[in-house]
Amino acid sequence: MSESSAELAVSVAEVGKVFPARKGGGVSALEAVSVDIAAGEFVSLIGPSGCGKSTLMRLVADLDSPSSGTITVFGKSARQARRDQDYGIAFQQAGLLPWRTVRENIELPLQLHGVGKAARRARASELIELVGLGDFGDRHPDQLSGGMQQRVAIARSLAESPRLLLMDEPFGALDEMTRERMQTELARLRAETGAAVVFVTHSIPEAVYLSDRVVVMSPRPGRIVQVLDMKLGGAEDRTDALREDAHFFERVSAVREALHGDPASAARARGAETR
Amino acid sequence: MKRLRGALLGIAGIVLLGVLWEGYKALAPAIGVKIGAITVLPRTSDAAMPHLATMLQRALDPVTAAAGSPPLWTAVLQASLFTVSIAAVSWVVGVIVGFLIATLMQRFRTAESALLPWVVLSQTVPLIALAPLVKRWGSLVHFGAFDWQDWMSVALIASYLAFFPVSIGALRGFASPEPAHLDLMRAYGVGWWRTYLRLRVPASVPYLVPALRLAAANAVIGTVVAEVSIGLSGGVGRMIIEFAQTGSSDPAKQWAPIFGAVLVGLVAAGAVALLGLALHKYRRNEVTA
Amino acid sequence: MSRSRTVRILAPILFGLAVLALWQGLVVALHILPFVLPGPIAIGTQFGLRAPFVLTSALVTAGNALAGLLIGTVLAAVFAALTASVRVLDELSAPLVTAASVIPIVSLAPALYTMFGADVQTARVLIAALAAFIPVYFNTLRGLRTVQPIHRDLMRSYAASRWQATRAVTVPGALPYFFTGVRVASSLAVISSLIAEDFGGPINGLGTSITSAVSSSNYPLAWAFVLGAIITGLVFYCVTVGLETAATWHRASA
Repeated sequence: MSESSAELAVSVAEVGKVFPARKGGGVSALEAVSVDIAAGEFVSLIGPSGCGKSTLMRLVADLDSPSSGTITVFGKSARQARRDQDYGIAFQQAGLLPWRTVRENIELPLQLHGVGKAARRARASELIELVGLGDFGDRHPDQLSGGMQQRVAIARSLAESPRLLLMDEPFGALDEMTRERMQTELARLRAETGAAVVFVTHSIPEAVYLSDRVVVMSPRPGRIVQVLDMKLGGAEDRTDALREDAHFFERVSAVREALHGDPASAARARGAETR
Repeated sequence: MKRLRGALLGIAGIVLLGVLWEGYKALAPAIGVKIGAITVLPRTSDAAMPHLATMLQRALDPVTAAAGSPPLWTAVLQASLFTVSIAAVSWVVGVIVGFLIATLMQRFRTAESALLPWVVLSQTVPLIALAPLVKRWGSLVHFGAFDWQDWMSVALIASYLAFFPVSIGALRGFASPEPAHLDLMRAYGVGWWRTYLRLRVPASVPYLVPALRLAAANAVIGTVVAEVSIGLSGGVGRMIIEFAQTGSSDPAKQWAPIFGAVLVGLVAAGAVALLGLALHKYRRNEVTA
Repeated sequence: MSRSRTVRILAPILFGLAVLALWQGLVVALHILPFVLPGPIAIGTQFGLRAPFVLTSALVTAGNALAGLLIGTVLAAVFAALTASVRVLDELSAPLVTAASVIPIVSLAPALYTMFGADVQTARVLIAALAAFIPVYFNTLRGLRTVQPIHRDLMRSYAASRWQATRAVTVPGALPYFFTGVRVASSLAVISSLIAEDFGGPINGLGTSITSAVSSSNYPLAWAFVLGAIITGLVFYCVTVGLETAATWHRASA
């Protein structure tokens, strides 16, 4: 990666998203959202259900189009970035193809983009090792636990060595212990790849532990309430010891206060489960 | 707007089929299209493929040349009515039997183990091939004033075809409530019977409705075919065979009862669709059989 | 082997044997005459004695059913692929295919005999093909339309072309549905080709043989043919269940 850290991975400017509703009008999911994410930076989007954090990530991925505003990814339009495969993506469900083995699932994007067989195999083997699934390459998804399936999905998102990773609550369906282990691994993977990450979550400790910055959002319509700097050190400092650190707890409290700070918006949040 | 488009295109599809029929008849050779010795596309002579207009005209003419013979279409309609009533009886019998078997299998695990493979295999058994034997059994049944009628043999065979989808659909439906719902019933201290009545039966409706549709189609097929193999006259099945024998001299005539059979199928499907509408509140998450 | 597994395998076998024993017992004890119901032993004996004859008839019916199943399956798969991708075609054909699924296809048999000749098997093959077409078509179409949203997102995020998405996700996803359709179609093809024989055509095949054995009062032979029909149906069923199981391997979760 030769880019200077000053380069922007993602730039979101004045973005709004309105979903058409059945009875005229429309539901406003996002309103005037602006945020910049630098290359190599880890940014979490956090907020209650219905705050539009997943929607925002889908807009960056060009899985949906914004109703207003612009999104640029590495200086191009989101659509062009998708066509150029500038990002890797992982969802809350692993979304593996059940008829493919672990290896074949990881090879899928490479295969779709015309990478040769030998190169595909080599890359898949590398990634299988990277996510610690050494002996499971020839298993099928139904033979794996939820945590293992999610590792495959993450390996798949890393297949083309993207400079940007988009992750929509990838650990949301996992139990707390598996979750913490996966977080530690993600921190390691990120240190090794140097990719920028946009990470959607509703877990405060998860966001604090992983992120350089945490974007706190409020629902109805989705807006950015506050952007908090974590200042917890570089990727190599995100070890298990950090979870016990006083500074870590301080940042968790800060995010919590930002989330609950405005009682009126918290009340609105309860009424709007539109996710 | 969308519905109108669907309806118009649907009608266009039916018209297109008619155009295809007439177009093929006009363009293809009279002996059909042969590959080697095998006719792969039909003959187009008037005997094999009458004009649609001829079929329609024939339906309006009397059945036979004899005086006082009713128009063909009324005779076909009458036969269709006869067939549809036998099919209805078979459907009801098949549904009841299928439902009871499914209930038995739901109540007793061992019954499910013992019966289910046989219920599945029963569909590979062409009972319809037994039709002549069923007729013979029927002729031996007498209870006082009650005599077994041939139409009952037809209904028996048809209901054999109808029960299968119902028993499989109901069994799957009975097993469909979520564990949480079953736990809830348990927590209420409710026994098997009330769980069955209040939870399993309503939960089975989404599975049952497609099964009832299949059962209706099967009942119609069973009735038409059993009429032929048992030799029961009065219905469209027998009429198809009778008119087919006059095919060479009066080719358009045999198409009238075929359309009658189509009508019977559509009426049966329509009736079940109405039933499905009545059960709509149980069908919030429909599945397909 | 656990108890429940033992029950699951043994119960149906014991039940089947009990029914056969009861049947044989009743036939002997009540002196039921063969024209009413021959015992299983008599049927088995007759089946053994006339095996080549039964086999010849069964091969005719099975051949028609197989040819019909193959033709119907291929046509249904192609047509389902077309209607899944071209909406107008779907709308044009929807009422016709829906009607075809509820009407007794076999009633077309006499007309088909006149159209294709009553001295060849073509009409019977076509009846089997039409009967097989319906379930394969409906199942395949449903399969092609059930793409999980997450897989659709994934394909979009890969900027995959429509053809790539079809190959990677849609077709493999539809395969289990397709094979379920084939399994349902296999039984229908056998039964349809068998009963098409009752509507005319050449004098061979199981359906015709059963009718002629009954009309010459040779009831055990008629039952031997019925047994032949059952075995034919079973073979078709088992093969297609095998295909279906293979196609749904590893589809449990994920």
